[in-house]
Amino acid sequence: MFWTKLKRVARTGFFNFWRDSTVSFASVLVMTITLLVIGLISFSSAVLDTSLAELRNKIDIDITFVVSAEEEDILNIKHSLESLQEVFLVTYISREEALTAFKERHSSDQSILSALDELGENPLGAVLNVKAKDPSQYASVAEFLEGDNTLSSDGITIIDRVNYFQNKKAIDKLTRIIASADQLGLALTLFFALISILIAFNTIRLTIYIAKDEISVMRLVGASTTYIQGPFVVVGIIYGVTACLLTLLLLLLITYWLGNTIENFFVGFNVFSYYLRHFLEISSIILVSGVLIGVFSSILAVRKYLKI
Amino acid sequence: MIVFDRVSKIYSDNSVALREVNFSIEPKEFISIVGPSGAGKTTLLKLFLAEEKPTEGAIYYDSTNIHTLNKKDINKFRRKVGMIFQDFRLLPNKTVYENIAFTMEVAGRTDEEIESDVPHVLELVDLASKVWNFPHELSGGEKQRVAIARALVNEPEVIIADEPTGNLDPANTYDIVQILKKINDLGTTVILATHNKGIIDLLKRRVVAMEAGRVVRDDKIGKYNE
Repeated sequence: MFWTKLKRVARTGFFNFWRDSTVSFASVLVMTITLLVIGLISFSSAVLDTSLAELRNKIDIDITFVVSAEEEDILNIKHSLESLQEVFLVTYISREEALTAFKERHSSDQSILSALDELGENPLGAVLNVKAKDPSQYASVAEFLEGDNTLSSDGITIIDRVNYFQNKKAIDKLTRIIASADQLGLALTLFFALISILIAFNTIRLTIYIAKDEISVMRLVGASTTYIQGPFVVVGIIYGVTACLLTLLLLLLITYWLGNTIENFFVGFNVFSYYLRHFLEISSIILVSGVLIGVFSSILAVRKYLKI
Repeated sequence: MIVFDRVSKIYSDNSVALREVNFSIEPKEFISIVGPSGAGKTTLLKLFLAEEKPTEGAIYYDSTNIHTLNKKDINKFRRKVGMIFQDFRLLPNKTVYENIAFTMEVAGRTDEEIESDVPHVLELVDLASKVWNFPHELSGGEKQRVAIARALVNEPEVIIADEPTGNLDPANTYDIVQILKKINDLGTTVILATHNKGIIDLLKRRVVAMEAGRVVRDDKIGKYNE
């Protein structure tokens, strides 16, 4: 009997969806918009995350050593920096590498190059480039460098300058912007998701409101709660799945169209390839959201008219 | 046997719909409940179907108090009762066939039973040609006959008809009354609520007359007014 009932409930649900085509069409459309909002939110948070990460990556500090500093002393400092919890990566740039890079940077400026030649020796000190795990942690890295840890074996400081102290203001400001952008993004995401879910929920409630007399008739011929609710839940699932398919198609078109345009704004982020790469993830989020909204709205809405 | 035992229904705004209603209905009886609008006929039927609870008193069906049943048993009880309403109350999105099949599905009947019984009962109400029509494609009389077929198909012990002819012309009214009589002759209890004088006088069966929530008259073979 269970399978017979299940079959009947599913069949009734499909028929109701098909026969109430105008109502179904409108509901699917509203649900599609809801799911589109949820989909676009996941995109925008990905765009935001990538650009914030990009920004974080751009923040680093350079420790420039005096010309006379021994390579061994510098490497010692590198090791002790690497043992710090806050530090993500330390890159050593030797004096020669620094010079090559400098020459490359100024390859078009003959006067600088000839001045360098005239000097006869390499005027540049070696550099340690430090990246912290989080921008807010540069202060403690800088503090570490100010202490006694950076003296050479002879007890003289070998650090020429640390550009953190020059860039401190900019780094602090950027850190604050990143933190608040993160929070704002989360708040907006929740807000829009909630609003669009409520709209879909209300639309489904309205469609069931239309059927309230029908529900009371079913009640009076002795239909059980599950037997009345079942077809509405099936319709809710169909709304969810149809809207999911439509949304995925729309997202494909939107991201394809936006792909190149956005890449110019957010360096290295192409929404289209992001969509293709995360298709399984995104489609399951949208499918689950759609089906859950459909099912729960139906159950809650029908329950109201089942009191007889 | 159905017993209304000192049943009163008072709504929250203190309007009295029923006051101390006392009478019983034997199996296979055909009883008409008559009275002007607002006399309490529909309230009485609603209480019998456990759509509402009485404020005082109790209603018994085969010595079971209907209002002490749980939801599941209420559903089972309702499947023993066939209902016919003035406004037909067919399911608008289902065809004639599906409307009748639905009550059979609810009662847990098999697909084979449904396939054989639905055409049969539609023949009984002379609607075999409209099986695949939707309710909005039928006339008032046809809709009511579908409703009767739906009420009949599970072979109920009791049929309740609340103003079944209220929206019908005299010819259709006559037809419906004849069908109800036939159902009763086959052994089903029929409770008919109406304010149609012509029907009552035609039937020559028991009449319970109500006014302002009270039973004012109970005649074995009654007329509308005496």
